Amino acid sequence: MASITIRGVRKNYGKTQVVHGVDLDFASGEFVVILGPSGCGKSTLLRMIAGLEEISDGTIAIDGTVVNQLEPRERGCAMVFQNYALYPHMSVAQNIGYSLKVAGVPAAERTQRIQAVARTLELEHLLDRKPMALSGGQRQRVAMGRAMIREPKVFLFDEPLSNLDAKLRVQMRSEIRKLHRRLNATSVFVTHDQVEAMTLADRLVVMNGGRVEQVGTPGEIYTRPASRFVATFVGAPAMNMLEGTVELDGLSLLGGSRRLAVPRAGLPVGTKVAMGVRPEAVRLVAPGTSGALDATVDLVEELGAGRVIYVDLDGSPFSVMTSEAIHPEPGSTVWLKFSADDMHFYASETGGRLDVFKASVPEPA
Amino acid sequence: MVERTPFLNFFTHLILFAGFVFCIAPFVIVTIAASHNLKDVNDVPMSLLPGSDFWINIKTAWVTADLGPKLLNSFIVAGGTAIGKVIVSALTAFSIVYFRFPGRMLMFWLIFITLMLPLEVRIVPTYAVVANVLEPYQAIMDVTGLSWLIEKISGVQVSLSLGLLNSYSGLILPLVATATGTFLYRQFFLTVPDELTEAARMDGAGPLRFFIDILLPLSRNNMAALGTIMFLWAWNQYLWPLLITTDQSHAMAVTELKQLIPNVGGSPEWHIAMAGTLIVMLPPMILVVLMQRWFVRGLIATEK
Ligand SMILES: Nc1ncnc2c1ncn2[C@@H]1O[C@H](COP(=O)(O)OP(=O)(O)O)[C@@H](O)[C@H]1O
Ligand SMILES: [Mg+2]
Repeated sequence: MASITIRGVRKNYGKTQVVHGVDLDFASGEFVVILGPSGCGKSTLLRMIAGLEEISDGTIAIDGTVVNQLEPRERGCAMVFQNYALYPHMSVAQNIGYSLKVAGVPAAERTQRIQAVARTLELEHLLDRKPMALSGGQRQRVAMGRAMIREPKVFLFDEPLSNLDAKLRVQMRSEIRKLHRRLNATSVFVTHDQVEAMTLADRLVVMNGGRVEQVGTPGEIYTRPASRFVATFVGAPAMNMLEGTVELDGLSLLGGSRRLAVPRAGLPVGTKVAMGVRPEAVRLVAPGTSGALDATVDLVEELGAGRVIYVDLDGSPFSVMTSEAIHPEPGSTVWLKFSADDMHFYASETGGRLDVFKASVPEPA
Repeated sequence: MVERTPFLNFFTHLILFAGFVFCIAPFVIVTIAASHNLKDVNDVPMSLLPGSDFWINIKTAWVTADLGPKLLNSFIVAGGTAIGKVIVSALTAFSIVYFRFPGRMLMFWLIFITLMLPLEVRIVPTYAVVANVLEPYQAIMDVTGLSWLIEKISGVQVSLSLGLLNSYSGLILPLVATATGTFLYRQFFLTVPDELTEAARMDGAGPLRFFIDILLPLSRNNMAALGTIMFLWAWNQYLWPLLITTDQSHAMAVTELKQLIPNVGGSPEWHIAMAGTLIVMLPPMILVVLMQRWFVRGLIATEK
């Protein structure tokens, strides 16, 4: 177990900077998930922790020791790669035991530890096979075994489940979670899949464009997204965003066609803001309900347990998720309502969260 | 391509068969000639029915050209070249692909350029170097005045000399020093996924460990292919061995075949010459047959 401290870490590839000064603290034994869209620099950050990538600026410390200049093997990290990266010419047992062999662990002890790991991962009957003769899920498990056997201080995962089919992914997810509970090693897990991130994380780091957007528990991130990017990136379907302008008596939405009676709280008149509301926070109400917005149905997406209704709100796309047995026809009109507590406000210019508004229910203009 | 086209199938087989006959015909004729006696082999046209003197001719050829020691020499030189080549190529390609050292691209291009300078082109300077390996160093010392300095100070006249004429090293080293194998390996190493390298680093393996434990086993097929090609190539060398082996004890089988070729005015013993040819052809052929499975895999496929 080990804590990880990241201070002002940057990464340059030649002249282009892909990680722009990241500060993070991972506690000992914590399961941290780094979530972000493809190309945001999450792998790069992880590989800098692992020692596979040079740190251009800043420091990374594991257990208080700055590891910038240390070789991967000296950092006490183990890594699970996206494509498993198993040695094709070695058997499962040899793959799992290779790090011990390099470290000069005697053969007898090695065999014993390989057996123990294989038992944990239910790989015992496959120990003599070559990776070519394994299924995706089995390869994944071998890759985990290879990381586990060294009893590392830190586990690093780079999208390890993205090559598996949906069902196996769910299964491996819970297995990783269980393993973590048992080994309790500090784990950093990189993914672009928010469901994976939400279900696995003790703490979630959301990255975008080489910067950290927000750090928090999955609950915090979902209920109080710190930026417009996080608000729209986390949650599916994505949070609805309506553009608006601060006015004397509140907020004008959608180019003035709808209004919200909210106090300005010191924002200058004319400030551009975005109001967000999650599809699952929107209710369908009876026509003409006071404070409800009318919208035209574009499309209904059936999910089995519920459905997503995509509507057109004065020309802006808007979505509603409901578990009620309502199946409105495309082209029909529905009435939508949401409570003030479910609204999020972001500055249009910076994307930063604005908590100054105390919103009330929007009134049709 | 998997297609069901009986006519095309027949046609392709026909072409393959024609190619096969074309390739095998000289070999058959040599074998038949080697089984005739002196009179039959000089008949015009030569009878294509085998004669009965095959084993006698083989034996005569063996004794006349003293093929036993010559074949052994060939084995040593071809084997040494193949092994040396495989080792040197793997190491050079490893350093070029996996290390970021200053002048890496310069090294790469220097090696690349040697591809355009086969042994035959640089045979005179190569001969000079092999005749005295230390000659270039002597030249450097003379030009820089170092020899003069040493002579002035110690009174010793510097004269470096290490000759490799008429030696196995002299035969082998210049054949090893070519770039083809480096390229074969480089191309192969480039197909090895980066993640494998990184996994090995995470597992604590240093560069040498990675090379021995991961890269070499993965390149078994390439090694077999390169080794086979180089063995054949070295076995069939003519000009270089002819040039530097003045002493019979280091002569190679292929060059010694000329002993069997009838001189002008001598008796036209073509049956003996053909028998000798057969003997000298046999080892490379056996090697190709044994290695062909590996050989083909190493040249076409990269196992993942
Ligand atoms: N070796 C490299 N050279 C130049 N740019 C790179 C290199 N590796 C990654 N990048 C760039 O860095 C950015 C972040 O990459 P990465 O960390 O792999 O993203 P992801 O979040 O998808 O894992 C990307 O824009 C990528 O193009
Ligand atoms: Mg990535």
